Amino acid sequence: MTAPAVATDTHPVVMRARDITKVYGGTHALRGVDFAIRAGCVTALFGENGAGKSTLMKILAGVETPTTGTLELFGEAAVFASPVEAVDRGVAIIHQELNLCPNLSVTDNLFMGRELIRGGLFVNEGAQKLIVADVLARLEEKIDPNALVSELRLGQQQVVEIARAISFEARVLIMDEPTSALSAAEVEVLFRVIRELTATGVAIVYISHHLEEALLIADDVVVLRDGALVAVAPADEVDIAWVVANMVGRNPDDLYPEMGAPVGEALLEVRGLSVADPANPGRMAVADLDLTVRAGEIVCLYGLMGAGRTELLETLAGRLPVQKGSVHVDGRDVTAASIADRIELGMALVPEDRQRDGLVQTMSVGDNLSLASIRSFLSGPFVSGRREQVAVKRTIVDVTVKTLGPGAAIGSLSGGNQQKVVIGKVLLTAPRVLLLDEPTRGIDVGAKADIFTLMAEQARSGRAVLFATSELGEALNAADRVLVMHRGRVVRELDPRTTTKEDLMAASDDAASPPETTNDVSDDANGALA
Amino acid sequence: MNRSAQQPAQRPAWSLRVGDVLLELRAFIALAVIIVIFAALSDNYLNPSNLITMSRHVAINAILALGMLLVILTGGIDLSVGSIVGLSGIVAGVLLQGWEITSFNVILFPQVWAVIVISLVVGTVVGAFNGILITRFKVAPFIATLGMLYVARGTALLISNGATFPRLGGSPELGNTGFSFLGTGRIGGIPVSIWLMVLFAIVIWVLIRKMPFGRWLYATGGNARAAELSGVPVKKVTTRVYMVSGLCAAMVGLIIASELTSAAPQTGETFELNAIAAVVIGGASLAGGRGTVRGALVGAFVIGFLSDGLVMVGVSTFWQIVIKGAVIVLAVMLDQGQQSLKRSQAAAVAAASVRHSEPPASTPAPPTAPVAV
Repeated sequence: MTAPAVATDTHPVVMRARDITKVYGGTHALRGVDFAIRAGCVTALFGENGAGKSTLMKILAGVETPTTGTLELFGEAAVFASPVEAVDRGVAIIHQELNLCPNLSVTDNLFMGRELIRGGLFVNEGAQKLIVADVLARLEEKIDPNALVSELRLGQQQVVEIARAISFEARVLIMDEPTSALSAAEVEVLFRVIRELTATGVAIVYISHHLEEALLIADDVVVLRDGALVAVAPADEVDIAWVVANMVGRNPDDLYPEMGAPVGEALLEVRGLSVADPANPGRMAVADLDLTVRAGEIVCLYGLMGAGRTELLETLAGRLPVQKGSVHVDGRDVTAASIADRIELGMALVPEDRQRDGLVQTMSVGDNLSLASIRSFLSGPFVSGRREQVAVKRTIVDVTVKTLGPGAAIGSLSGGNQQKVVIGKVLLTAPRVLLLDEPTRGIDVGAKADIFTLMAEQARSGRAVLFATSELGEALNAADRVLVMHRGRVVRELDPRTTTKEDLMAASDDAASPPETTNDVSDDANGALA
Repeated sequence: MNRSAQQPAQRPAWSLRVGDVLLELRAFIALAVIIVIFAALSDNYLNPSNLITMSRHVAINAILALGMLLVILTGGIDLSVGSIVGLSGIVAGVLLQGWEITSFNVILFPQVWAVIVISLVVGTVVGAFNGILITRFKVAPFIATLGMLYVARGTALLISNGATFPRLGGSPELGNTGFSFLGTGRIGGIPVSIWLMVLFAIVIWVLIRKMPFGRWLYATGGNARAAELSGVPVKKVTTRVYMVSGLCAAMVGLIIASELTSAAPQTGETFELNAIAAVVIGGASLAGGRGTVRGALVGAFVIGFLSDGLVMVGVSTFWQIVIKGAVIVLAVMLDQGQQSLKRSQAAAVAAASVRHSEPPASTPAPPTAPVAV
């Protein structure tokens, strides 16, 4: 086992995990992990899904207890019976999933379970609001402390989650994927706050699938693989390639397959599409958008949160109604078609949130796979179980789902394999146009590579692929064309072969510039598209 | 990297499996326990004629429970079935006693088969109203069917003016005899109502196990958003299940009216609760997406055999009610126990796959994939 990072006098170790092993039902999630967190430092923790990151963090935060091994906090042995006890001792965690009550206000959420009391009985609302206002000001977020969490957009909810953890004034702060829903500007603010916190000696553990982003803020880097700690290094001595190599034991360049299948006729044509924002009907989520995707082509929609990518894809799939404009699939007008009709005509969506929109948790892997195409297995009025099984088993192999079999519970699969099931379900409908919204969100590097390979195969077999992403690397390596979206419009079209990450970032900066510029760019882009 | 580690996840421990099987079969076990206890306490309990009598009682609740099962599988609830039982009986009563159309100054005496069809259609239409309220007007199922509980009951009272229609046997000169066959007839020595229960069970089993509708049903209850995005006609499925539930309730109304050869507007009060209890005892989740025909049937038998057994051994009516309530709660407690057991097993399997899954370099990739190293 590699030794933990060397502690210096300026950054003493505040928390240490010694030889932590966690066994679930006779199997090891963590194996003899030694892990040190230094005061005033950001320790970035990397690892694929299932590598044990979350388990380790849950142990540090008192959510789980280790099977063997000990924790030390400020040099003393620490045993946490509960997360509340950990918070009392100065260890707080921002969970990957939001743990907010949408029906309560921002203030109520921040003080949930630890309300400030006045006169022994009453909630001291005034004092609470002052603290909330102060924390939100630090995060430079204009959120009304009285607003209901349900009224906030996802990014703001994540800011509330972060604000809550900060308001604990913890000495050790664990952040598990804190930026998944944040805009670039919000990430910048968060990083500044992290720097402020570390300047006062707070130790931070930072987990992110955004390797680049995490490396920017990290002081120490720790990599877990398969439940064991495989590498520790100061952040300024390593790069992304090193991190990925340690995470998976191979070169990150192999992540992306070869592009450039022969391009055929236009399969998806969108003209002048406008869609109302479902969360705010007065606003257009997609505004007068033109778009063409041809057979054999992989087109990427790149943009920040709220650019309208998800709304565009959901509209194409038939979930949101078209306000204006038209959508044609393979020359046929589907503007007013139902979801089922669009699937029939060959256009289906792999949604952004697979738990909420992709999977039926109460059904087996096999039943999930065949759900969208069940009518194609009919003999008479009945489902032909044999034909269905054959197709399901073939798909499990095709999309490389690791599962015990079609009868396995969907919850027994890892995130990446669950995502492959959603993709397999869509592929079983034999789509001509394949839509994918953030297809690699929250899945490990290996599964990402599999999914890009699948997309490339679909393009080679003459399908049109349109996917949305907010990751620069994916936009530039997994697509034939990149469309930059901003405020519901396509503002730039880029060729990923001749575009650098800096160019793409600049393009999205262009997009963020004043509207008059945006309009010019938009006209150009539309002209280029037409 | 250890290739030999890539094995299927370990099977859960043996003891867990036994507990699992016992929990899985808990409704059957409960039924067996009930039968053994009452057979010991009462000599007549296992007497074939008593078994048939009890099964006739069971049939009524079981047919309601089968309709209710479909509704509960979508994550809904149908509180109106008891009232539909009363309404369909009254409709049959009106038609058999002579349907007076004052504006034409005629009295119609439809054939028995027409009476049955019309009553079933009435029940189905009431169910369709439930479905439309829920899918089109977004009224919560609890509220929509609670409203319909009152409306259907009130309609039955209005039609009958609160009175009971007696003597539904019909008369030979009008050619409308034979209605009593549903409730009192026998085929091969088994009462027709039991055959109807079997028929409904088979049809509904085929519907949800062998036809796409069943997948849509389970998907709608498990995750309506995902189902919708997969092209499942969620609204149509939801409306249909309330129609089937209404049809089942109307069938029960006909059976009861036929058994008694009379129709009272109060018939069927609180029947909806027995049906819900049967479905729940059978392991269905009120959250939707989980439940089986077998479970609902066993649940109906548990309730029926328990109630009749308590009557036979002379337990007071008041205690019967208390015991029935306790059994329902116990069933749900056991169900929760089973669910958490399943979750811990799933967690164990997932943890096992954490250890056994290799870094994905060795993921079996398609031959064309340039991914594998």
